[in-house]
Amino acid sequence: MTKPFLQVENLKKTFPAPRGEPPLTVFAGVNFSIEKGEFICVIGHSGCGKSTILNIMAGLDQASDGYVFMDGKEIRGTSLDRGVIFQNHSLLPWKSALSNVMFAVKSRWPGWSREKVREHAMKYIAMVGLKGTEDRKPSQLSGGMRQRVGIARAFAIEPKMLLMDEPFGALDALTRGTIQDELLSIWSQAGQTVFMITHDVDEAILLSDRILLMTNGPNASVAEAVQVDIPRPRQRETLFKHERFYQIRNHLVDFLVRRSRELAGTGGGETRTVRLKAVGGDLEDGDGEPSRRRAAGGT
Amino acid sequence: MVTNINLKAAIVSALMLAGLLIVWEASVYTGPGAATGEMSEYEMLTGGAQPDDSGIPAPSAIISHAITELSDPFYDRGTNDKGIGTQLLYSVGRVLTGYGLAVLVAVPLGFVVGMSPVMQKALNPYIQVLRPISPLAWMPLALFIIQDSVKSAIFVIFICSIWPILVNTAFGVASVKRDLLNVARTLELSRLKTAVTVILPAAAPTILTGMRIAIGISWLVIVAAEMLVGGTGIGYYVWNEWNNLDLTSVIFSILMIGVVGMVLDSMLAAATRAVQYAD
Repeated sequence: MTKPFLQVENLKKTFPAPRGEPPLTVFAGVNFSIEKGEFICVIGHSGCGKSTILNIMAGLDQASDGYVFMDGKEIRGTSLDRGVIFQNHSLLPWKSALSNVMFAVKSRWPGWSREKVREHAMKYIAMVGLKGTEDRKPSQLSGGMRQRVGIARAFAIEPKMLLMDEPFGALDALTRGTIQDELLSIWSQAGQTVFMITHDVDEAILLSDRILLMTNGPNASVAEAVQVDIPRPRQRETLFKHERFYQIRNHLVDFLVRRSRELAGTGGGETRTVRLKAVGGDLEDGDGEPSRRRAAGGT
Repeated sequence: MVTNINLKAAIVSALMLAGLLIVWEASVYTGPGAATGEMSEYEMLTGGAQPDDSGIPAPSAIISHAITELSDPFYDRGTNDKGIGTQLLYSVGRVLTGYGLAVLVAVPLGFVVGMSPVMQKALNPYIQVLRPISPLAWMPLALFIIQDSVKSAIFVIFICSIWPILVNTAFGVASVKRDLLNVARTLELSRLKTAVTVILPAAAPTILTGMRIAIGISWLVIVAAEMLVGGTGIGYYVWNEWNNLDLTSVIFSILMIGVVGMVLDSMLAAATRAVQYAD
């Protein structure tokens, strides 16, 4: 059996508490794996440590326990193989949109000539539809445009894996929809592996192959991975007409509203992938026992 | 009706200046023949040296003196008689030397303090104790150790410039957004490259604000320092003219100190604007 592209094993993060109190364990026993080319979304309530997991995967933060392997090697520190798209664009405010992308390209390929760097950066600027505005500073761009530059910057270094921390959280619904479409089209061309945090259930269904569901913190863990078996290419306008859509959506909303709380602190273990049945309710209908302890329904 | 706000302000400014000059001119005007008549006993004792008027020169006298001085600012007729331009150049030269050295030391040191919490904690007590010391208090020590009055003056400028630049650089560097540093880390930039390409431009407006404060303080201090060390420079010039009881020259040089200080400040202000970015 070949190892998955990315494997997270028994990840745990504790933060030291003010004196006298026991340290705070945000999450523990987090296990999941990602295959090459997969688009994974993570959903969970605030405080379950989603961003911390992403930061550990990026190499920006360190786990208290457990490992993350990519391509069979343990992740220690940051790498140009993992691009990060931050929540608040994080562009260098004194550089133009193009210079921001060029800055990243230059650090990825230091030997390239200026012309080549520029050409490569322009390709990605054009890909996110910012041709013509590439000379503007971030302060002269709208929120959506800034986030697009951030996406262009992350894709331009052609990382093996992209990590996105609520990339569209600060955008209005209309802009968000457009950028989701763009992201999907760039992703389908580039074929990168994506790990993305979101709070938006519809966004997760539109984008992902699998959705990781996290229980509430402290002591959060990944409860299950829901397979989104809606065929691609997916369209935002027609997605909700698919028979699977509401079934998956209800499952996710039910998890967020009810089960994420009930399962809180029940600890880690293997994360099982849940594939919802073609007709009828989801697998958790019935006695309400946590899905990962059940035998039926997993793949 | 005047609507332009700049024009309005200019008119008000001009009126205030005119009013001030008229009141000043009138108050020191002694009228014809005021100096004639019997000498008082005191005047006889002082040989008539005590002037009858208040001794403050009239604005008209200052203006005509300024025209004479500024029409030949760089003459040199011996140790105690050099043009105002020469004296100002001496002072500006000393300020720029001491200030330049302070920038060379304080900016890199500020980076170290700002980037390393350990160095921040380790150096903070020294900075806090040394910073409030009046720069002129260093003068005796400087004169003793350096044994050269001009170099001592430069040292005093150095020591007074270093603190605002150091503190502002450290603050600017320490408050660079975590996100930007994370970007640098994900792009695998070296520490030096991060410092030069991310932290320096991000902190530049704060650093230049510190440099602007420092040049202001330097210009204040050089006048006092030159009064102490003597020889050349605008501070010495003011004191020398006071010893000559030439108040016209004193007032004229006070105004020139103000003008040069303003020029220095606006140069740093322009530099600050050049590196400013909208967040």
